[in-house]
Amino acid sequence: MNASSQAEGVIEASGQGSVLTYRDALLTAMEDAMRADSSVVLMGEDVAEAGGPFKTSEGLFAAFGRERVIDTPICENGFLGVALGMAVTGLRPVVEIMFSDFLPMAGDAIVNEISKFRFMSGGQMIVPLTIRSIGGATGRFGAQHSATGESWYMQVPGLKTVTASSPASAYRLLRTCVEDDGPTLFIEHKAMYAVKGTVDRDSYAPSPVGKSRVVREGSSCTVVASLLMVHRAMAAAQLLAAEGVDVEVIDIQWVTPLDYDGIAASAVRTGALIVVEEQYHAGGWGATVISELTQRGVPLRTRPQAVSLPFVPIAFSPPLEDECVPSVNRIAAAIRDACGNGGIA
Amino acid sequence: MTDQYHEATDDERQRWKRLLQWHRSMLNIRLFETKVRELYLGGLVPGTTHLCEGQEAVCVGAVSAMQAQDYLTITYRGHGQALARGVSIRGALAELMGRRSGLCRGLGGSMHFADVERGLLGASAIVGGGIPVAVGAAFSSLLQGRDAVALTFFGDGAANIGTFHESLNMAAVWKAPVVFICENNLYGEFSPLSHTTPITDLAERSTSYGMPGGVVDGQNVEAVYDSVAGAVAHARSGAGPTLLEMKTYRYSGHSRSDPAKYRSPVELTAWKARDPLALTEAQLLEAGVASKDDLRAIRTEVQAEIDEAAAVAAEQPYPTMSDVYECI
Repeated sequence: MNASSQAEGVIEASGQGSVLTYRDALLTAMEDAMRADSSVVLMGEDVAEAGGPFKTSEGLFAAFGRERVIDTPICENGFLGVALGMAVTGLRPVVEIMFSDFLPMAGDAIVNEISKFRFMSGGQMIVPLTIRSIGGATGRFGAQHSATGESWYMQVPGLKTVTASSPASAYRLLRTCVEDDGPTLFIEHKAMYAVKGTVDRDSYAPSPVGKSRVVREGSSCTVVASLLMVHRAMAAAQLLAAEGVDVEVIDIQWVTPLDYDGIAASAVRTGALIVVEEQYHAGGWGATVISELTQRGVPLRTRPQAVSLPFVPIAFSPPLEDECVPSVNRIAAAIRDACGNGGIA
Repeated sequence: MTDQYHEATDDERQRWKRLLQWHRSMLNIRLFETKVRELYLGGLVPGTTHLCEGQEAVCVGAVSAMQAQDYLTITYRGHGQALARGVSIRGALAELMGRRSGLCRGLGGSMHFADVERGLLGASAIVGGGIPVAVGAAFSSLLQGRDAVALTFFGDGAANIGTFHESLNMAAVWKAPVVFICENNLYGEFSPLSHTTPITDLAERSTSYGMPGGVVDGQNVEAVYDSVAGAVAHARSGAGPTLLEMKTYRYSGHSRSDPAKYRSPVELTAWKARDPLALTEAQLLEAGVASKDDLRAIRTEVQAEIDEAAAVAAEQPYPTMSDVYECI
């Protein structure tokens, strides 16, 4: 964690349950999922004895053994194909992709095999397979280890993509993905592992598919975000509260299916829409939200805003990375614009 | 039945009976593929087809070495293995015509035969796509303490794609009970093997992955069976995977759009001289297991079943969008 993400602090440390870090929430979700169902197995690069590159499987090998926590060679396309074979023959594999940037290595397995296998068979089998991918910038990891990849597979019917922005949602969404009978791509953000929040394991119930979550209620505008951008949108909302702007923040949670109804209902109420995304705007969920709401004729007071990555690879040099990833100030400026008179001419 | 048959030992008789069954199964594939071509030209089978005429001995010999609980993954040239595994001919032809009563509700088509009840997990139309899936099924069987073995079929072209190498590596590391069956028909799509690959015996690649490998006469159904049965037993005993290379030949082009002008008529004639069906027919006649009339009668029977299935399939309704949404 670097200084900027440290400051992103704790949200949702309230209610029933225990306070866990995002990392421990994920680890606990895996452990609980494996205890709940003996067909759940975890596989990936360095997930067994090593405990995972970000220590998100620490202790699972000792608890469940080599038959359920399996190290793979470094061959994403191959081992995702293997996981597909396991998923259609009685197991429920959770497969870790060490960095989201490596998802394209498994492009065929994801796009052509896993997502279409049930379909091409005419529905003869279920494919309970979770791809768990570690994404996101701010870690100074450079151009090939910093992508969220959250919208890359939006064009793939048959695959659901999920993003987790807090310990509670990480726990709930990961378990939901594991229990889903279809393939899911679960994206976690590596800058958030130390973020703390309350997780209530005892009252766990699967997260409804395709439902976003209102993180902060407000009346002035609707800010839609995912992953780390939810935290930055919350920080911007706090800044703007002092200026009398009451921001509603929505965490999309599901990239596919996207919660158009939930987002549209909020935007109808607030009359202003800002999408905040740690990804390029074109072809992503943010652009799709704006497109869908436009097609639905959702009446907005001002034109919709997007705060996204500039269309360049993520640079290694810290000031450049910081400049590219949407900051609290950039988000706040976009909100002011949308809520003020900088909108429709 | 001739004297030779009457004088034979029980073992020999068993072997000949088996050969007669295999002959029938290979004939079923040959006549099925011929029917597919006819239906395609008649406009009843849309899209494209990748026929396996010439490769029937590989399909039948290998699949006959499987037990009921075993799995297989196949390719877009997969009608033969599916039929050898016993999929419904009506279901197969209806699938090729895109009908709802097809094996895959008409959603898959020629390149995507699947029949999970028979362990046929699926057919990938991506070269090498099905190889890791079979490794997964085999590994899964091992992890769950079941004794199922998986077979995976792929062409010589697939021996150059990443999933082939990745799959052999993983299977060997995990001792997954899988048999890799390379159908080397000498052409990867339109290109001869020598243009794309520095070796002629692809089974040599087993060495790099620490597993047994072998080159097999893919036109000889008994040789195919013996080699695959050995590899299956090896896998089921816990000793791990095997790579088998079947030397074979496809009589037609890569797909419907390919007239196969890149190969010489001499080559085709030479391979047809070792036609797998002609070989078994000669053996059966020589041994006196069947007469020419018997073989003719079998052919008539098999043809009638295929014709009937085609007529029934052509009457079936198409699937609807609700089938699509149910199957995503």
